[in-house]
Amino acid sequence: MSESGRTTRLSAIRQIALMRLRLFYREPGAMFWTFGFPLVLSFVLGIAFRNRGPEPVVVAVEAPADAPLARAEHAQAILADAKDVIAKRLSPPEAESALRTGRVSLVVVPTAGGYAYRFDPTRPESRLAHAVTDDLLQRGEGRRDTFRPELQTATARGARYIDFLVPGLIGFGLMSTGLWGIGFSLAEMRTKKLLKRLMATPMRRTDFLFSFLIVRAVLLFTELPPLLLFSRFVFDVRIEGSLVSLLIIALIGGLTFAVMGLLLASRAENPQVVSGLINVASFPMYLCSGVFFSSAKFPDAMQPFIRALPLTALNDALRAVMIEGASLGAVVPRLAVCGAWGIGCFVLALRLFKWR
Amino acid sequence: MNEPELAVRCRDLVKRYSDLAAVDGLDLDVRRGECFGLLGPNGAGKTTTVEILEGLLEPTSGEVEILGRRWKTDEAWLRQRLGVSLQETFLPERLTVREILALFRSLFETGRDVDSAIDLVALREKENARYAALSGGQRQRLAVACALVGDPKLLFLDEPTTGLDPQSRRMLWDVVLAFKKQGGSVVLTTHYMDEAERLCDRVGVVDHGKMIALGTPKELIDSLGGNQIVEITVGTDAEDVLAGLAEALRGVPGVQHARPQVGRVVLTVTELHVALPGVLGELRTRGLDLTNLSTHHATLEDVFVTLTGRALRE
Repeated sequence: MSESGRTTRLSAIRQIALMRLRLFYREPGAMFWTFGFPLVLSFVLGIAFRNRGPEPVVVAVEAPADAPLARAEHAQAILADAKDVIAKRLSPPEAESALRTGRVSLVVVPTAGGYAYRFDPTRPESRLAHAVTDDLLQRGEGRRDTFRPELQTATARGARYIDFLVPGLIGFGLMSTGLWGIGFSLAEMRTKKLLKRLMATPMRRTDFLFSFLIVRAVLLFTELPPLLLFSRFVFDVRIEGSLVSLLIIALIGGLTFAVMGLLLASRAENPQVVSGLINVASFPMYLCSGVFFSSAKFPDAMQPFIRALPLTALNDALRAVMIEGASLGAVVPRLAVCGAWGIGCFVLALRLFKWR
Repeated sequence: MNEPELAVRCRDLVKRYSDLAAVDGLDLDVRRGECFGLLGPNGAGKTTTVEILEGLLEPTSGEVEILGRRWKTDEAWLRQRLGVSLQETFLPERLTVREILALFRSLFETGRDVDSAIDLVALREKENARYAALSGGQRQRLAVACALVGDPKLLFLDEPTTGLDPQSRRMLWDVVLAFKKQGGSVVLTTHYMDEAERLCDRVGVVDHGKMIALGTPKELIDSLGGNQIVEITVGTDAEDVLAGLAEALRGVPGVQHARPQVGRVVLTVTELHVALPGVLGELRTRGLDLTNLSTHHATLEDVFVTLTGRALRE
């Protein structure tokens, strides 16, 4: 290629990239969804699921109107001495309703020989209430402990919900901005015949696509710091591994989803079609890939599929580095899954892309 | 390498969409330095033809040579030398005039600088305005500037002035005439006859994907056999009366053609003073009242109506 040809290409790539950047920062909506939304989400969820001190269990002691009160009063007296239990005396219908609506976790029913417990074993707080209450009543009625255990408590940083959430939000943000930022704007350019107009110039297709990916990479490095700084200073979320590893993972993830956006927009004639496709593609990952809760909660049979999703792979890698301090080498298998999606989508997009 | 004599040469061009032939065996030669106009009503196949010439559509069959080269083998070469303004383009709304022109300029190896392109279409005072804030006329001027910023040899304009105010139209005409004066070749489509008469050295009239007439505007008008058009209305709209009258008027000396149209009869006349007494005499013999009579010089519009029996913008 001639010297002037090379200069032209560089300046063309620069101008197309500038166009993308300008269109992005002049669109207030895009700015909010990219920068503001993750902060709002992390703030709201961080507040809602913040770690609280151990909460007392709430139980009801049933006091039938037609039965002697002695045992019920005795039980309540035993429970009243414990710091971590709140015991209310309720009539049977009241106790029933309180249990059903979750205001109490367990109902203690005095019987001739001791107590019956009524509770829902599928509720974790009920199982906890059962263990705590039974222990207190047994001791109160005279059971002796065989030894006095030594308690070693520790609250680990990195084990809180917000520590789990922030890497998930980073992954989710990379997916959204990649799919919407690239897919939607390409479909719009096609609808408005801007793509066709550009194809009537000497612009090279590769330069055009390359500019999109460059801008995506540049924006990525501007959208990560606000969330990382915000969660560091508001919730004390730290990055245990290296920042460079984190950025490399984010870059691979961001480009993968950008290319996926390219593929979803490769044929769509208008933004509505592409919105539908993006929703279809992103919804399963939104739910299953461990953004807001661990993907391990899904049945084992589904795990191979869930683990093969690009967002699951990206989130796993982000969490490994942020929470466990894993090295880049340790997350290569997860990055390979993500990268394979990227390369596959790119090959397909190049074949399917409708330029005119 | 010698510059080829023809800017555009196409033979037996066909473009089929399932069972519809948008272009149906069209031949076209545009000479270098010429402004060629494709005239025709909406849906005649003008835009399809132009987009094939621009290399944006694949023809179903037929040969196309642009500046002596073919799209298949010389696309990159051709793209550097063509300026294109599509029928409908929305440029990015949040970019300014200057930014858009800088973008288009960067895509070409050579061309004029952005400032001269801005001045060319008189958008200096809008150079920092966003596309969204431009009027229809300003947008169209910008579209033409984008087509000219790469210093093309051949310019394609698809309905460049449709829907524009008279001032913007005249402004764009001047830009096209200046481009031609510097040796550029132009292919434009329009359904405005005045535009074709003003700008085009030659015009081709297209209907149903075929070229039905070709020549300079003067040649086409002369082909009507007369240069005056006379429209008369008589007291009645009855079709048989008007048809009978038209039939009879064809025999009047000086009348070349006579056609009944809705509510009136249209005559093509060589010499008005010769034909008129005979026409009035015929009305009198038939006992018809002349309620209106108007005359004008023949235009391309009349050529089109005569060729197809339809008005251009129907």
